[in-house]
Amino acid sequence: MFNAMNAQTTNAARRRFLVDMARTAGGVALFGLGLGLYAQRSAALPAEALRPPGALAENDFLGACIRCGLCVRDCPYGTLKLAELGEAVATGTPFFTARTVPCEMCEDIPCVVACPTGALDKNLQNIDDARMGLAVLADQENCLNFLGLRCDVCYRVCPSIDKAITLEAEHNVRSGHHSRFIPVVHSEHCTGCGKCEQSCVLPEAAIKVLPVRLAKGAPGEHYRLGWEEKRKAGGSLVEPDRPREFNLPEGVQYDYQGKGVILEQGNPPPSVPYDADPLKTLKRGVEGQR
Amino acid sequence: MSRADTNGTIGAEALHVKGWWRSHRWLWLRRASQVSILGLFLLGPVADVWWVKGNLASSLTLDTLPLTDPYVLLQGLAAGHLPATAALTGALIVTVFYLLVGGRAYCAWVCPVNSITDAAQWLRGRFGINTATRLSGKSRFWMLGLTFLLAAVTGSIVWELINPVSMLHRGLIFGFGLGWAVVLGVFLLDLLVSKRAWCGHLCPVGAFYSLLGHVSPLRVSAARRAQCNDCMDCYAVCPEPQVIRPALKGEADGRGPMILDAQCTNCGRCIDVCSRDVFQFGLRFNNSITTHVMKSVKPLAGKTEVLS
Ligand code: SF4
Ligand code: SF4
Ligand code: SF4
Ligand code: SF4
Repeated sequence: MFNAMNAQTTNAARRRFLVDMARTAGGVALFGLGLGLYAQRSAALPAEALRPPGALAENDFLGACIRCGLCVRDCPYGTLKLAELGEAVATGTPFFTARTVPCEMCEDIPCVVACPTGALDKNLQNIDDARMGLAVLADQENCLNFLGLRCDVCYRVCPSIDKAITLEAEHNVRSGHHSRFIPVVHSEHCTGCGKCEQSCVLPEAAIKVLPVRLAKGAPGEHYRLGWEEKRKAGGSLVEPDRPREFNLPEGVQYDYQGKGVILEQGNPPPSVPYDADPLKTLKRGVEGQR
Repeated sequence: MSRADTNGTIGAEALHVKGWWRSHRWLWLRRASQVSILGLFLLGPVADVWWVKGNLASSLTLDTLPLTDPYVLLQGLAAGHLPATAALTGALIVTVFYLLVGGRAYCAWVCPVNSITDAAQWLRGRFGINTATRLSGKSRFWMLGLTFLLAAVTGSIVWELINPVSMLHRGLIFGFGLGWAVVLGVFLLDLLVSKRAWCGHLCPVGAFYSLLGHVSPLRVSAARRAQCNDCMDCYAVCPEPQVIRPALKGEADGRGPMILDAQCTNCGRCIDVCSRDVFQFGLRFNNSITTHVMKSVKPLAGKTEVLS
């Protein structure tokens, strides 16, 4: 009797324990699901937000940065900021906005030195190797240089002037007798510091620093630039063009540079029945053979 | 427990017997510790005195001492990032520290959320709020597991997106954004949903630090448990009341007077509110079952207790 009762109570206790555990596990799992979905949503970095120099690729960065803000504290220019809840950047992670306060490309890169985790990669020794983003002259309709003026501000302020950004002179077709000096960014040297975007004189910057993934296209893997290959090889890699040989009627030439079929001037009309359209003449033989 | 919950007289007797300071000493030392730690972090942004930089996740003191939260670092590890030396050193120092002073001493002496949840608990007593949604004290370990699982699955330190502890601490130092809403959520949870819901049941940070408390030498001891008059004030005031019983009432089961349960936060409130001076801080090793301490104790001044 006593044993039976005992067994009953332990059974009841066990059932309650199991139910409690299931409730807890269920609740926590639900919470985890929500949090996971939220994490997924907040994993995408908005285009205006740039990571500090040396930041690992975004996916790795989110697993490495512990949101301590030491990089923020050691930046002498107040460039960096920790994202607050409600901002589009993952909460607590450091970022900057080029148009507000750009990175001044400190030679000693104090932000990287300060980072305890290596989320900002210590292998970045030379700030010129940083790739925080890539400047893009996004608005070619309003850029003053595109309009034919000599604003040049983005070019002047660039810490890597004449390497990251150059001015390319070209004919101003609109006026007909001026030049335009087109700011051209070179991804090989642009660090994405954001100085150009910050300094653009327009109310909304025409040049913008974007995440490299947005700013850059990618050539097809099999694409080769003929002229580059030629330069590398020190000469043409294909056989020189040869004049095409057609079975042409007398007094008719074919120009392979693109002019097509040419009737030689001054020649008497050929003796064969000859159409005014030389192509018809050319095709005639072929049709006959079908 | 219910007595104190309903009429708010926890510690009244201790106040009467021991005076204000000795019945509030550990509480105020704890608040002082919490405030000064936060104050040190705030000194930089507020007064431009940069003794301490960073936040609880990782900090640098006087440009030499690195301190890093081992919990967040482990999440990073789970997410697949091997941290650099500075963080590892910092985490090692913090781990050793809490191994010594009791893991959840973090909760009682450092964590900024503690004041918030303590406030909620105080208000519950003040206004007689007795809601009790059943939460398991083990939930926090599920939460702890979850935070590691999410980190491993997503490759990102997901918990830090909403962790109320860093939300509050980072918020105060670097700016809140909407982070205050999370903190308010924790406050309301504790106030309206269930007693000590967050710190006592759910918080994975506390759960993590409690793991370090399993070996810590510094513990609270019910050294003079024979003097206990069953007023229950210690149960009422303790944030983890289940830890007290084995130590206080365990003599019959052959248990020593040390509170060995790792959920004890070493807050010392039980020492404060006990009018019979049962509790004291001590070392884990002094845990012999016999209550020989009785002899060394002075007779108590003040009221004598009528036992029923
Ligand atoms: S390189 Fe200098 S200016 Fe740029 S983010 Fe780092 S510390 Fe700030
Ligand atoms: S110092 Fe490193 S770990 Fe700390 S917030 Fe900056 S990037 Fe993250
Ligand atoms: S972002 Fe602009 S200023 Fe900075 S390196 Fe690139 S082109 Fe120069
Ligand atoms: S349980 Fe969590 S929130 Fe509460 S004091 Fe401890 S770490 Fe802070």
